[in-house]
Amino acid sequence: MADFTPTAAPRFAIVGAPNCGKTAVFNALTGSRQKVGNYAGVTVERKSGVARTPGGATLNIIDLPGTYSLRARSPDEEVTRDVVLGTHPREPAPDLLLVVADATQPRSGLRLVMELRKTGRPMILVLNMIDIARHRGKQIDVAGLSALLGIPVVTSTAVRRGGQDELWQAMDAAVANGIAAPTANLWSPPSASDLRQSHREADALIRATVQEPTRPDTLTNRIDAVLLHPVGGLVILLALLFMVFQAVFSWAAPAMDLITAGFDAASALVAQLLPPGLLQSFLRDGVISGVGGVIVFLPQILILFLFILLLEDLGYMARAAFLMDRIMGGAGLHGRAFIPLLSSFACAIPGILAARVIDNRRDRLTTILVAPLITCSARIPVYTLIIAAFIPDRQVAGLFNLQGLVMFGLYAAGIGAALGVSALAKLLFWRNQPSPPFMLELPDYKMPRARSILLGLATRARIFLKRAGGIIFSMTVVIWVLASFPRPPVGATEPGIFYSLAAMIGHWIEPVLAPIGFNWQISMALVPGMAAREVAVSALGTVYAIQGGDSVLGQTLAHSWSLATALSFLVWYIFAPQCASTLAVIRRETGGWKWMWVAFGYMLALAYAASFVTYQTAVLLGAG
Amino acid sequence: MAAVPLSPLAASLRLGLAPRHYSGQVQSIAVTHQTAGLSACEMEQRLIELGFVEGAAVQILHEGLFGRDPIAVRVNGATVALRRREAMSIEVA
Repeated sequence: MADFTPTAAPRFAIVGAPNCGKTAVFNALTGSRQKVGNYAGVTVERKSGVARTPGGATLNIIDLPGTYSLRARSPDEEVTRDVVLGTHPREPAPDLLLVVADATQPRSGLRLVMELRKTGRPMILVLNMIDIARHRGKQIDVAGLSALLGIPVVTSTAVRRGGQDELWQAMDAAVANGIAAPTANLWSPPSASDLRQSHREADALIRATVQEPTRPDTLTNRIDAVLLHPVGGLVILLALLFMVFQAVFSWAAPAMDLITAGFDAASALVAQLLPPGLLQSFLRDGVISGVGGVIVFLPQILILFLFILLLEDLGYMARAAFLMDRIMGGAGLHGRAFIPLLSSFACAIPGILAARVIDNRRDRLTTILVAPLITCSARIPVYTLIIAAFIPDRQVAGLFNLQGLVMFGLYAAGIGAALGVSALAKLLFWRNQPSPPFMLELPDYKMPRARSILLGLATRARIFLKRAGGIIFSMTVVIWVLASFPRPPVGATEPGIFYSLAAMIGHWIEPVLAPIGFNWQISMALVPGMAAREVAVSALGTVYAIQGGDSVLGQTLAHSWSLATALSFLVWYIFAPQCASTLAVIRRETGGWKWMWVAFGYMLALAYAASFVTYQTAVLLGAG
Repeated sequence: MAAVPLSPLAASLRLGLAPRHYSGQVQSIAVTHQTAGLSACEMEQRLIELGFVEGAAVQILHEGLFGRDPIAVRVNGATVALRRREAMSIEVA
């Protein structure tokens, strides 16, 4: 990727309240010339890009995290405050602030403008979504507002081409006239009475310049009467979730098959080009199968995020948090944990990354810790293999398929475990603290915009591939080394993995895992299974030296494992921290090793305990 | 809306106890309880930022299923969701 940050160009920072359409303005100004990274030391997304104005100027644009005030209360808002005040250690102070306000709801934006004025930086106020405001019959005296505020005010619409014309002109004018040097910074954290004061000033401004519609728009309220209905709203939410799942699993299948075929072809090509040996094994068993094993989830992740972005743009996601708050709250989770946990059904990694929307650290940690318990797609190959081999395909009560019931039970167990663990964490660690507040704006419904959805989707995909890609690759290499070294002796009769570190670990942990019914072959397969859960399936294939498809492997397993062992293995996969990439992402997102080990430890303990109970009970019932 | 005269006789009540469809005006913000990691002062500021200032017109539009919580409140032309416990800090009449 080209470096998009010419240093000499003026720096414009976009500031605005959450939901004001800030990102849409950023996208319109920078198009595809964007770079998404992280601020050093904190897990706050840094979005920057380059804008080329019609007047020929090149500008660095930085999209700062949304905030209602410079009174920072989350790491995201601290970044915004520090950058605006010019006190950020890495980010130079912006030359000009583009303050974005939602024209349909200008109050919070205007309050922010008045607070930002105290910082002494030059500003342009962008009244975004002016088309929607006008459509609703709201008239804004833009010239009057500009005169009262003493700064340029422009309108913009993200939806149409040319919607940013006024903003481009204002930016060109600012550059052509020479951007004023900042005046003295008079900002200090506002007190409650300061806030009341600025609220009154904003109200006075609105009275002077905004003409409210004579017939207020009640569409949002009418939709909400249905979607936020105490019972009906929950039913609709559940139906919506069901549809999303259907789509995630059915639409993604062809793309996933294609990706699998692609990686298989690459593997076959490597086998043709390179002689059998260490390099070939590294490329095929390490890089291609490991990385392919995770990339294959990209279609599901994209489809899931397509729905999440659509619902978010529509304004429904805040409503889902509203509907789920009490239910999630009962389990000690924040209403906003809903989206991260939903994402975790595809893969825990985007789920853990999405936990950033939760500003309270405690709530965010709980969400991150329980996200890996939600049944991710990587468990499906393991579940289907064992279920097909051990669970009879028959009807129960003439209505349900037993195999389907077991699959459903495994999913339910994952959800139950996630809710149970967070409830327990609340009880054990945070009993004496009341839960943090749930307060959020329910934005008016808006039609989603294809362009912003697509850009958002591209960003998500890039983040997943980049963040996860590096981690997945390095984990894959580590696990390949464990499964390949030391090399088998000359004239070895068994597969190479039998002589490896993984086998040693397998033998070493076998006595520990014997009470849950695992033999040393399973113990050994768990080691490469750390690369991604479904790799355990191919590892079992290697261990039992199976050539052929999953059905052959299933038959072999059905002969060599007892039912008790198979059930214990299924239960193990509900809870066990069998994914090195997830653990590495937890370490990154929580900023240290501590919470990664907490996650690893509690999941391992849970897996062992549950498998122990399952195995011993099954043996007692005669399934040993 | 700052200058709306408020009758001192109007019976005030806490927004957290108000039923659905209730509509009235904010009388005062008085944070009475502790919330995790938030001082009373911080809580007051957050409520003000969401638009709960003295004199603002409020109306309870929707409520959740369990314990009729949380509530969606129309305040100054915007809709805000909050729990009844937090709404206890808002005195309305």
